[in-house]
Amino acid sequence: MKKKLNSFICVGGVLAVLLTLLFLVGLFWTPYPPDEMHAMAKFQAPSAQYLLGTDNLGRDVLSRIMDGMGTSFFIAICVVLIGCFFGIVIGSLCGYYGGIADAILTRLCDTITAFPAMLLALIVISITGGGQYNIILVLGILFIPSFARIVRTEYARVRDLNYIQSARLMGVSTFRIMYVHILPNTIPVLLPAVTIGFNNAILSEASMSFLGIGITPPQASLGTMLKDSQSYLRNAPWFALCTGCAIVLIILSFSLLSEGIQQRNRSRKI
Amino acid sequence: MKFFLKKTITLIITLFIVSLLAFFAFSIIPGDPTAKILGMEASQAQIDALRIELGLDQPVLVRYLDWLGNFVRGDFGTSYSYQLPVRQMLADKLPITALLTLISFLFTLVIAIPLGIYSGSVKSEWLDRVNATIDQVFMSVPQFFIGILMCFVLGISMKWFIPGNYVSYSSSWSGFLYYMIFPAFSIAIPRIAMTVKMLRSSILNELGRDYVRTAHSRGCSRSVILRRYVLRNALIPVITFLAISMAEIMTGSIIVEQVFTVPGIGRLLLTSIGNRDFPVVLAIVVILAAWIVLVNYLADIINQLVDPRLRLQ
Amino acid sequence: MKKPILAAILAVVLAMGSLCGCGGATSEAPANSSENSASSGEATPAPEAKHANEIVVGIPQDLDSLDPFQMGTAGTREVMFNVFEGLIKLNPDGSYADAVASSHSVSEDGLTYTFTLRDGVVFHNGKAATADDVLYSINTCVASTVNESVAAALSAAEVSVDGNDIVFTLGETNTDFLAYVSNAYIVPADYSAQATAPVGTGPFKFESYSVQDSLVLSKNQDYYGTPAQLDKVTFKIFASTDAELMALDSGALDMVAHLQYDQISTLSNGYTVLDGTMNLAVAMYLNNAVAPFDNMLVRQALCYAVDIDEIMAFATGGQGVKIGSSMFPNFGKYFDASLAENYPHNVEKAKELLAEAGYADGFSFKITYATEYEHPYGDMAAAIQQELAQVGITAELNPIEWASWYSDVYKGRSFDATLVGFDTSVLSATGMLQRWTSNASKNMIGFSNAEYDEAYAAAVACTDDAEQTALYKRCLEILNEDAANVYIQDLAEYVVINPALEGYHFYPLYIMDMSTICVK
Repeated sequence: MKKKLNSFICVGGVLAVLLTLLFLVGLFWTPYPPDEMHAMAKFQAPSAQYLLGTDNLGRDVLSRIMDGMGTSFFIAICVVLIGCFFGIVIGSLCGYYGGIADAILTRLCDTITAFPAMLLALIVISITGGGQYNIILVLGILFIPSFARIVRTEYARVRDLNYIQSARLMGVSTFRIMYVHILPNTIPVLLPAVTIGFNNAILSEASMSFLGIGITPPQASLGTMLKDSQSYLRNAPWFALCTGCAIVLIILSFSLLSEGIQQRNRSRKI
Repeated sequence: MKFFLKKTITLIITLFIVSLLAFFAFSIIPGDPTAKILGMEASQAQIDALRIELGLDQPVLVRYLDWLGNFVRGDFGTSYSYQLPVRQMLADKLPITALLTLISFLFTLVIAIPLGIYSGSVKSEWLDRVNATIDQVFMSVPQFFIGILMCFVLGISMKWFIPGNYVSYSSSWSGFLYYMIFPAFSIAIPRIAMTVKMLRSSILNELGRDYVRTAHSRGCSRSVILRRYVLRNALIPVITFLAISMAEIMTGSIIVEQVFTVPGIGRLLLTSIGNRDFPVVLAIVVILAAWIVLVNYLADIINQLVDPRLRLQ
Repeated sequence: MKKPILAAILAVVLAMGSLCGCGGATSEAPANSSENSASSGEATPAPEAKHANEIVVGIPQDLDSLDPFQMGTAGTREVMFNVFEGLIKLNPDGSYADAVASSHSVSEDGLTYTFTLRDGVVFHNGKAATADDVLYSINTCVASTVNESVAAALSAAEVSVDGNDIVFTLGETNTDFLAYVSNAYIVPADYSAQATAPVGTGPFKFESYSVQDSLVLSKNQDYYGTPAQLDKVTFKIFASTDAELMALDSGALDMVAHLQYDQISTLSNGYTVLDGTMNLAVAMYLNNAVAPFDNMLVRQALCYAVDIDEIMAFATGGQGVKIGSSMFPNFGKYFDASLAENYPHNVEKAKELLAEAGYADGFSFKITYATEYEHPYGDMAAAIQQELAQVGITAELNPIEWASWYSDVYKGRSFDATLVGFDTSVLSATGMLQRWTSNASKNMIGFSNAEYDEAYAAAVACTDDAEQTALYKRCLEILNEDAANVYIQDLAEYVVINPALEGYHFYPLYIMDMSTICVK
């Protein structure tokens, strides 16, 4: 059993590291400037010169994917940070103290998470308008309940355990108990939630940009690229295929990671 | 009975809150609908007259109550950009999305349940691993990319269908159903992968329970245990999952409609958002919300019915 | 197939001349009439089976309203041309044929127009057309806010009914009056459902419409004139031209109009390709009312900074004609090709002008365009963006949906610069030029130039044709000198049609006439 668990983490980890490297490199260097157009080099098939070919305006697809990954990663990281931070704050308070506020907030979180995040994001973005920062804000807020729920459950489970009670008796401050004693215990459940959240953020951003209400051109994003590429499926299939595969790889790597971590958690408990 | 009543009241309250929030949210978006209807050339008198006609001179709360009253009676207002009754537009579009969702759901059921049961009941380390890997991969492909792949492979290369074309059900049912297969599959694939994974782990979970060991020791064969005891219990969480899937599938269809240019609710919603066609967006949002709340409600009730343990609470 | 096309174009060109009453006018026929027709490859033979008497036509844009007096976009007007008719209607050659009227005459002083109502004209709902219906229609048209120039021209005339005669009495002569009358569609007076089930008198009647899906028209069996050849025409609405092209190439569509050169070059199904120009003034329209485009020097700098030839090469395969002002080449009476040469590509000059205007370090602005017209407008915008970067101007691309474009940019005037093409719904110089007078409601760029207003007003009031033409031409020059916009080109347009069909005619306006199309 043990070997299999590692294989998920290994493959996912290697993929994630490679993609993160590609993203980091993309911040400083791309084979071509991502927005540079070559009128004479429209729809070039992948070749030694253009590794993944060129798009409808003669831009290098690989460079644009690297650039677009930057946007996607940036958004996903910010969203997860916002969601995670507020999720921990709200979840820990609710879980630790309980009471009416907890009941109401839990109810609210349940109601919100009952709606597909994608649909909510779509409607809220339609009100706020697209653009990078709006997306981060909207997705970040929408992701809070899922984190809060997980954290709350952990806190509610742990708060009456012996070691916490003894800590309380020893006069340790509540803040310290909450964030030094209990918080590290939530990491095993929080970690897969973070990777899943990261994936959901990548997917939501890509979907919204694909629908034309997310990232606005000319900023490259994998979603907008895929949207554009769909029109050229006949004469430049590599454009869509490469962009789509980039999205799939990102999501796959992180979902493998989260699956691996979850399995390890399970085997530890047993 | 008390449970049903409680759930039904929650359902109505949730819907009420959703519609209220949506109405207020859309009221604060900048942009006056009168400019949209009358155009730039309109005189102030015309604008004022129309504002009164549309009730825009009233406070938001009054407008909301008016809207709610009309909505309950089935009058969804008139589209700003098409100048058609919203109800007529929805009557036109809803069946398309509903059918797409239904077909997609049927695919999920028909494919995922046997596959999940099979993969859960066959004991093989090797098969397990292949299964889990395939599941992960399929769960990672966004539905719209599956759609694009289908357009490319089945549409452009194999010429099974024409990407971007759509046959309306009013002109030909067979053509419509044929053209719905591809988007329905695109939506279903990740759901199938998820359901298989869910069912498999649920079965494995049940197989590890004490009652299975007891049955074994009493001499029941593996297949009998599976059929008689394990499946019944293993399917309970899956049924709930499938019911909630209906909401996800609906969301998926909104996106995939865009890939296959199916003129359903999703495309109407997106265009209306672009047009800031308030009555249309509002009606669609409320209908979608109703659908999701209803599906969750059904999931709860199914849960109650199939799992007697929950009834005690 | 090539000859009839050329003939058609020639006919249009000649008609322009005759319509405008100046035989000497020349027009530049599209130069690209040859090679293209063959490019769609004769690889696959034409379908052999006889084509059904029903066709499917692809259109890349949804309709904005079915109501004849609420139709704002050219895309709507061009298909609804088949349903609605005025007292007279436009011919492909630019002349006017009697429609709901059986005859029309103009008094010698040009102030009285008399139209005699045709006997036996029946609306699609079975009601016979009466003079009351005509009166109602004219009044409704005048009261509508969509087509302002038509409303203005008609409201300047006094309408009276004398038995079967409808008489328009004008206060002053208006040489374009017939053009306006042809735009006032005649509809039944006591019918209120035009927005959902339009009723007109045209060769086709409305069958059904499904938002974002299709518009179905069927043959009007009771048509007074030459009946339509086809029994049913389905206009299928596509989300993008590319999806439309795929459907066309696979044979699901019988006809698509308004295609670009690079689009038809990808087709391989052996359909017939007809070519013409679109009669559009495509430009990067600048919001003259906001900084920095309220500064003429900045606008001129932009004109110098942008290399029109390169943009055309990039976005439209070099096809089409450069315009230089708000006029298209098919309107040869007013079109002046030399205007397009006034701003040769000159980066240094552009920088100088920018420095002079106080923008030595450049500035940034947004170029808005409708995603439905990604080609060519999006491509043009991208090319312009790159060229402007060379003079230090940062242009941001802002693609939005057509409907938002219409409401925000066109009507709301909230934009910096936008790429779009303007056509005219009325075949007259005013259709192109009235728009830019200071207080015209359609003046979306907020262009304001006293000399222009004066020249325009003088032209409209003028009764002498030569003098009037000169004044209109002066208006075009002012637009060019003032660099009101970065004028680009008139697009080459191609119509791709199933080889089993024939009878398509190009009109000098945005019109898709289905009544003459028939199965061979």
